[in-house]
Order: sequence, then structure tokens, then C-alpha cells
Amino acid sequence: MENILQEIAYMKQLNIVLFCLIAAHCSLKAQVKSASKSIKPAGTQSKQTIDSRQMGNGKKVYDLYCQACHQADGNGVPRLNPPLSGTVYVNGSKTRLIDIVLKGLNTPLEINGEEYENPMAAHDFLTDQQIADVLTFVRNSFGNKSGPVTIAEVKKQRAKK
Amino acid sequence: MPFLTVVAQKQPDVPIKLPAGFSSQIVASNFGRVRHIAVNANGDLYMKLDRLVNGKGIYRLRDKNKDGIMEDTLAFGNYTGTGIGIYRGYLYATSDEAIYRYQLDANQDIVNPDKPEIVVSGLLNQRQHASKSITFDLAGNIYVNIGAPSNVCQEKDRQKGSLGMTPCPILENAGGIWQFSTAKLNQKLADGVRYATGMRNALGIDWNTEVNDLYVTIHGRDMLFQDFPEMYDQKRGAELPSETFYRVKKGDDCGWPYIHWDHFQNKKILNPEYGGDGKKEGAPNAISPLVGFPGHMAPNALLMYNGNQFPDKYKHGAFIAFHGSWNRTPEPQEGFYVVFVPMKNGVPTGKWEVFADGFSGMSPVTNLSAAKHRPTGLTMGPDGAVYVSDDKAGYVWKISYKK
Repeated sequence: MENILQEIAYMKQLNIVLFCLIAAHCSLKAQVKSASKSIKPAGTQSKQTIDSRQMGNGKKVYDLYCQACHQADGNGVPRLNPPLSGTVYVNGSKTRLIDIVLKGLNTPLEINGEEYENPMAAHDFLTDQQIADVLTFVRNSFGNKSGPVTIAEVKKQRAKK
Repeated sequence: MPFLTVVAQKQPDVPIKLPAGFSSQIVASNFGRVRHIAVNANGDLYMKLDRLVNGKGIYRLRDKNKDGIMEDTLAFGNYTGTGIGIYRGYLYATSDEAIYRYQLDANQDIVNPDKPEIVVSGLLNQRQHASKSITFDLAGNIYVNIGAPSNVCQEKDRQKGSLGMTPCPILENAGGIWQFSTAKLNQKLADGVRYATGMRNALGIDWNTEVNDLYVTIHGRDMLFQDFPEMYDQKRGAELPSETFYRVKKGDDCGWPYIHWDHFQNKKILNPEYGGDGKKEGAPNAISPLVGFPGHMAPNALLMYNGNQFPDKYKHGAFIAFHGSWNRTPEPQEGFYVVFVPMKNGVPTGKWEVFADGFSGMSPVTNLSAAKHRPTGLTMGPDGAVYVSDDKAGYVWKISYKK
């Protein structure tokens, strides 16, 4: 029975999450905002205005490199690819978010009470401008209202590598 | 505490569509991530959950008072996972690392639900493609899928521009089907036999008793369009590579990661990470599938039908549960149905057809997150009825035929 106990301990370590019946409904139902409209940030997280051109360019990068896994509505794929709506990984620390794009991510991680299997590849081949654009788009779409990411912020993170 | 419904619903919110003469009944609902399922000779339904419900990962539903509704619930096993099956007096269930079993007594009750035996442990679990689905032959062996924790065995997994590794080191302890004896306990990988290789993730697995051979369905690779837009446009990348259905003999190689199956060209096409251009063939020694289905539909379960309830056409044919795609985006998603492949003597005798449809509750599915149900498991009851499970909302349907 020792093996079972070890496995249980291992699963606990991995933070196997508790059942949440309404998880599927927890995610925000926001749609991708039209790229041509300027998004006016509401709420207290950001007082900065979002450049509609940056949003449009960000959507182009998103459609090409992010959409397949994270989906057009930013809700991701259950069990496989995490959602981008309403998570601290998108709306929280910008340096952490920039690092995820630059270095990828393949560690067990709980996002809004769920775990996701697929690794994210490093996207360091994108330019500083592309990363700033796409992260600005992601942080201000799918119900997120978290302000822009600047080229300078991306440049600074990339230099830290 | 989640609210669990085990009673049959008279008016299901998502009616599924079936051929004439068939009807369906919802026998379980709201169990969350119900992966594979098994039905015992007495009609008990076992569900393996990939997320614990009230701390338990296996649920048994039983119709105690024989009124056609499985009102009695037994929950046990505090691990998540996918595989489940009943064989020679034992219930087998898998976590993503191990195969457990529970003895059944003469009344088909679990002798000791809290103390399973360990058949095999230490199987590779690197999260990606970690589900361990199982089946059994007629000679006392269990077969387990050990999926490759990788898309196409690149030096850097899923990294655009990263080359494929030759030979692919993953194939040593994953990317295939392993065979173990059910007569031994506490086995490790080395105690088993790598029965067949070159499989990215053979989540659908069943033994064909008509011809005494193993059959599998395999999830094909991702990202042909995203990583190689110069070779595969958006539509082609949505259709390719094929999802595949194989007959597998001991020692067979299905060609992953070097090739993918292309059901338009009917060829094993060299993957671009290995120098392919969309036309060059590869892996000359690899076997070809019996059927190549449209891409990314995710064949999560296989049932070789040997029952007597369904019309003759279905005897010895294959039912395949397609979970439904995600990486056809931005094209509409496809799948979310159960397919039938007519077969005799172990080979297809006609074209595949959609057997049970409508699980997603919408058409087309443009946002995967809106799909109501996703077929994941298949099994047959003692009366020849077919059961379909769903890991989105935790439903199980029983499909019956009446002349």
C-alpha cells in the first residue's frame, strides 16, 4: 500500500484540484472586441488609454500565434490549454507575463482552479513590438481591462535572459 | 458538494441524433470529467473520473430495484485518471502513472474498495498525453497506451522551427502500447513488453475478439498550418493530419513522429520537422491505418462491437468516440460525435458514417468552450447496448436498438 500512499502524496503535491461544478461557467463570456474600436479601460486597474492601432496589430499577432491553442474567445481548451480571460497570469505581473511569452511555460500550474497539460513553446522569435502589441491585446480583450504593455517593458525583460 | 443526478431524464437538454430504430437514455449526469467507462455483466456502470467528485475518482451506478434507473451510487478510489475495464473477476482502473485492480465477489461487489492491488506502477506521466487507456486480450494480458509527452518529438516541444529528433528517444518508454500479464502484481515498465510503437497517443484501444487482434485510434499531430504555413494553408492544416484507426500486431510501428497519415493522398507523409514538404513519403517500414479521418477530431475511445442487440451491419464493426477538435481554429471545430466503421473479418467493408451526433448542442461549433458535451468513453452492456460518456458535463448515454 506504500506505493498508493506515495502516489496520493504525489497527487496532492501536484495540487490536483477540487471539483468545481460551475468551473465551465466561471470563465468570462466576453467576445473579442473589434480591432477597429478603441477600448476604453474601465475599472481601477489601469488609467492608461489603449491605442486602437496597437490593439489591431496585437490581434493580428494573436490570430497567427496564439489563437490555435487559446482559441478565438480566449477561453482556451479544457484540460489542455489555459484560458486568458480573468486570470492573474494575464492581468497581474507584466514581467511574469512577458517572461511566459519569451521563455514558454511547461510546469504544472493551477489557473482559476484547473490544470492544463500542453506546454507553451517559447515565442522569443516575436519582436519586442509584436510581444507588446499582442500582450496589450490580450490584457484588454476577453473581458480583461488591464492596461498596455510597452516595447520598453518587453526589451527590458528580454535583456534579463 | 456538487449536485449529482443519477436518474434518467425524460427530456434531455441535448437530444442526440441516432439512426432509425435506435434510442438513447441518459443514465448519468453531472459527474464532471467522466473519461472511460465499463459495464459489468450484471449491468453495473463504472465511470473513471479525471477530476475527483467528493474526493473520489471512480463511481459505480447500480439499478438495485430493477426499475431501469441506476439510483444506487458507490464512490471509491482517490485518484484521477482515464482507463477502466472489467476482466476475469476484477475491475481495473488507471491513474496517469499506474494500473490498479479491485476484486469482484460472486455478487459483483468490490471486495475492498479502499485497498486496490497495484498491477503496474511508474508509467511515464509528463502531463501531455498522459491518459492511460487499457484493454485486454483473450489470453490474460492487459494492454496500456503510454502516450508520447510531445507533439512531434522536436528538440524543443512545440517550438516553431525546432527540428525532430532521430531516433526519437521518447519511443523507449512512451509513444506506444505496452503489454503486461494480469497474473503478476507490482510490475514496472521493464516487466512489460513494448507491443507496438510509433503512436503519439493511442487513446482509443480495444481487442477485436472476431480476429483476435488489437485495434487502436490515434490522435494525430498538431500545428501543421501554424508552424508551416508555406506548406499547409489554414483549411489544409484543419483537415490534416488524419486521425487514424489501426489494426496492430505485435512489433508493429505506426510511424510517429517521423510521418503523419494523409487521407487525401493515402500516404505516410514525412513530417516537416524531419525534412518533409507535404509530399515526400517516409517511414517505409511503418504500417498504414485502416481508416484516416479528418484532422484533429480526437478519437478518444474505440469499441469493437461484438454484441447481438444491434442490426447485423454493426456486428464486428468499430464505434469511435470523437471528443471534438480545438486546433482547427479559426475554422469551425469538428467531431463531437460517435462514428461507426462497418467491418468483417477485421477489415472495413464500407465507408465510415456518423452514428450518434448532436452532443455539442450546436452546429457548427465555433467556440469550443460553448460545446455542451464531448464524447470520451465507449463500452457495451451485457444486453448489447452501447454506452457513451462525456467529460465536459459528466453525462453517460445508453444507446439501444429495438426492431
